[in-house]
Amino acid sequence: MNVEVMANSVPKLLDGLALTIELVALALAIGIVIAIPIALARVSGRAWLNGPAFAYVFFFRGTPLLVQIFLIYYGLSQFETIREGPLWPILREPYWCAIIAFTLNTAAYTAEIFRGGIEGVPHGEIEAARALGMSRVLVLRRIILPRAFRLALPAYGNEIIILLKASALASTITLLDLTGVARTIIARTYMPIELFAMAGAIYLVVTFAITRAIKALEHWLSPQTRPPRPA
Amino acid sequence: MTWLKTAMIALALALVGGLALTANAGDKIKIGTEGAYPPFNLIDEKGELQGFDVDIAKALCEKMGAECEFVKQDWDGIIPALLAKKFDAIVASMSITDERKQAVGFTDRYYSNLIRFVGPKGKAIDTSETGLKGKSIGAQRATVAASYLEDKLGKVASIKLYDTQENANLDLVNGRLDVMFADGLVMYEWLKTDDGKKFEFYGGGMSLDDGVGIAVRKEDEALKAKLNEAIKAIRADGTYDKINAKYFPFSIY
Repeated sequence: MNVEVMANSVPKLLDGLALTIELVALALAIGIVIAIPIALARVSGRAWLNGPAFAYVFFFRGTPLLVQIFLIYYGLSQFETIREGPLWPILREPYWCAIIAFTLNTAAYTAEIFRGGIEGVPHGEIEAARALGMSRVLVLRRIILPRAFRLALPAYGNEIIILLKASALASTITLLDLTGVARTIIARTYMPIELFAMAGAIYLVVTFAITRAIKALEHWLSPQTRPPRPA
Repeated sequence: MTWLKTAMIALALALVGGLALTANAGDKIKIGTEGAYPPFNLIDEKGELQGFDVDIAKALCEKMGAECEFVKQDWDGIIPALLAKKFDAIVASMSITDERKQAVGFTDRYYSNLIRFVGPKGKAIDTSETGLKGKSIGAQRATVAASYLEDKLGKVASIKLYDTQENANLDLVNGRLDVMFADGLVMYEWLKTDDGKKFEFYGGGMSLDDGVGIAVRKEDEALKAKLNEAIKAIRADGTYDKINAKYFPFSIY
């Protein structure tokens, strides 16, 4: 173990970590926005809504993320219509290709997680809200979505961690994320154990922080499990 | 932070243990190559390793009277894999450089190469530092070309490093890269392909190494000596020239 190489690599690895976090955070944020309507389509009970939503989830859960990244990065760029089309300024950048692939992938998983959450909301609560005269939209906004989110939170925390680790695949399309930086340093030092151990430790620290944050959020969103505040 | 250190050491030990288990103890010579670097090493339609490196390695094994087995290994992990004893020699168009000599031992060269810039025909990009300012330049990760770009042009140009030369070529074709910096012989072959037809060499070649050799672990002096003898032997008896002629109409030694 060459401790000097490990210590020297830290600043560069942290630069890579910044890109990793940026990619994951952006993909998660856009992913949620896409996932909610897909989850609602999945539980809508209408075939014309459920069908396409199911197909989307089936495709993005059923193929490896690496294949999706390569299809978007190397695949789309093979077509001249794409290269001369209006989307090329975005699709030529590996950064946006990674964001698109991660977003579409995580949205599929998140939609299924939310679907489970929505289906887990007790019927009695929905009936009670309807009995109080709330409209469908209001029930959705006040009862179903907040309850579903709480129910889905542990599984969603898992998805965040899975995407964080999967983001290492960004290094295959020239991006210098945490793994990309580690591989580039290994290319000059031939010390994969030192560098991958360092990168692994950094991923662990971030994963740990995410787990704690999710735990705190779960606690905050479960007032019924906390002792009542003194009056 | 002591728990972190402990965790790191545990992780490292697990890795070392895992690698050691896969090391081979037989007396067969295992040869590592990449299989994605035509015409030097590639996988053909039947899934078999082919190319100049592979032919040379087979000829050397025959001369040494040794049984050889090829192992396909991704390029950027090829030296670590040699050090971890996944194979005993790298015959994969590896440039002999001082940087690499710190990690591995090299035989005498078995061919010579120049590193060259390639770009779209007619664009005539000037390959000086000022000419390449702000350009997107591609190379394969962990090559002499990549090291050169990082050291000399890393501050002025956008350097993109790829897992394989084939992936880098794809990005040259689709215009993500302005120029490619790569082995002249590999690009010479590529320029003859359908994709490569629209591209040409910019400027002359640069010699960034002491030729291309076979890498072995530093302590394997005996294997290195045997390989050196075998290289001399195939040079002397015409086997080398025959293989050379199969791939290039000029001598690449």
